[in-house]
Amino acid sequence: MKLRQIAHSRAGDKGNTSSISVIAYNERDYPRLLRHVTPERVKAHFGNVVAGDVIRYEIPSLGALNLVLRQALGGGVTRSLVLDTHGKSLSSALLDLEIPDEPQTHEAPAQGDA
Amino acid sequence: MRQIRIGAGAGYSGDRIEPAIELAEKGDLQYLVFECLAERTIALAQQAKLRDPASGYDPLLPERLRAVLPLCHAKGVRIITNMGAANPIAAAERTRTVAQELGLSNLKVAAVTGDDVLHHLSGGTYRVEETGATAAELGNRIVSANAYIGARPIAEALANGADIVITGRAADPSLFVGPLVHEFGWGLDDWHRLGQATLIGHLLECAGQVTGGYFADPDYKDVPDLARLGFPIGEVSEDGSVVVTKVPGSGGRVIAATCKEQILYEIHDPARYLTPDVTADFSNVTVEEIGPDRVRIQGASGSPRPETLKVSVGAVEGFVGEGQISYAGPGARARGELALDIVRERLTLTGVRASELRFDLIGVNSLHGDRLSGNGGHHEPYEVRVRVAGRTDSLEEAVRIGNEVETLYTNGPAGGGGVTKSAREVVGILSAYIPREIVRPAVHYVEA
Repeated sequence: MKLRQIAHSRAGDKGNTSSISVIAYNERDYPRLLRHVTPERVKAHFGNVVAGDVIRYEIPSLGALNLVLRQALGGGVTRSLVLDTHGKSLSSALLDLEIPDEPQTHEAPAQGDA
Repeated sequence: MRQIRIGAGAGYSGDRIEPAIELAEKGDLQYLVFECLAERTIALAQQAKLRDPASGYDPLLPERLRAVLPLCHAKGVRIITNMGAANPIAAAERTRTVAQELGLSNLKVAAVTGDDVLHHLSGGTYRVEETGATAAELGNRIVSANAYIGARPIAEALANGADIVITGRAADPSLFVGPLVHEFGWGLDDWHRLGQATLIGHLLECAGQVTGGYFADPDYKDVPDLARLGFPIGEVSEDGSVVVTKVPGSGGRVIAATCKEQILYEIHDPARYLTPDVTADFSNVTVEEIGPDRVRIQGASGSPRPETLKVSVGAVEGFVGEGQISYAGPGARARGELALDIVRERLTLTGVRASELRFDLIGVNSLHGDRLSGNGGHHEPYEVRVRVAGRTDSLEEAVRIGNEVETLYTNGPAGGGGVTKSAREVVGILSAYIPREIVRPAVHYVEA
């Protein structure tokens, strides 16, 4: 299944670094994010889009991860030749990550109904 | 417990204006904050100021103020903004003339200066993060250097009775921390409270991004009435907690998920979000939906502020040229690829020296390259847009890149249409850090 089934995401930029949140729709799915959205997997998923390191921060109180991707924006918003200079679209690319099927705790969409 | 209501009237320079009017009218606010300054914007503003010393502030400032000033004046809503960009003094003067045009009087306008540290940078030995070289080594390529200043001068201006506070490169959350410090008397060394205030500022600073803007993903994350998106209101309590909400009946939605996306937006390490005011800690923040379009957020903290201030350094670094053309129908992709091959060869034949070139097929691989696009050569779009972009040392060469795409009209594959081309000078933004003691913010007042 795709990460998109259990999580949502937003990408932001600072200089040549992209930061991408991955937030479980249901906080019970947070352990699955911890298991499957590792820095190694994210780095491999993006391939040559990300030239530098991938660092992962964990925020259990929000059921979320924050991924920081170094050298991911073709030099940064002011100078990049890339069409999406902010790397805003990288959040969608990350949600395309394939993760193992597991017994469902919850399916998106469920936000806001708690 | 005492509460104040702060609205966010803009999340970037080009943002919509009506949501701010709605907030001024129906938000029951004490403060309306306009965050309008990006890394790149200030360098462009500095260049404008070089050409005309009376310019260099946000070009939309008069229009925004005309839209909200009568309401804010009537209701006693104080305005805080970084629309001063490269020239807060000129912005304050322009604000005075807008007030006069509107027939408003008894307005005190404050301009916060001191963020411009170009003279320190160009003469100093401060290292540029991205290159490792000293700023002085950039020589006359440096066009601007602006340090991020914090909440203190904003709070000072409010304490001195300013109705409108206009800054240059203030840190985005500090625009909100200033009024909270002023209202609640929080100490500028009360790291816990400043961490909370910074979280509140961070939630609100991008305006519509917390009320459902930049969130919708049909069937996964649905947001009603985005064309009439309401901008956020923070109901801030004296204990530092906040309820994020919006004007009833406005478009969008405020839910836990919109708030979580904004909390994590562009912060990197959530336990160490650095601003001029504090090292904020968002790592234990909780969000709770307490009603329709009402989310309570609490749990931020902080530790002492950094001893250095980040400086955005604008440096001229050459030119970028670009051209695009579209192909459609059967074989669109093959014709697009042929077009790219032709331009690639033409740039060599005509001797365009580019230090970096990109050849994209929009609709196929232009955003994330071939691998992530997952085509494996099989995906056949109905239409495709060819894009060639390159970095050059001269404007003349940058122009030739677009021209080579344009000549595909009569020299390239069949059926190409819709050429666009551009060439521009690039002002790159670099970062440096300087000791905070040498940055001296000052507040100037203009009466209207």
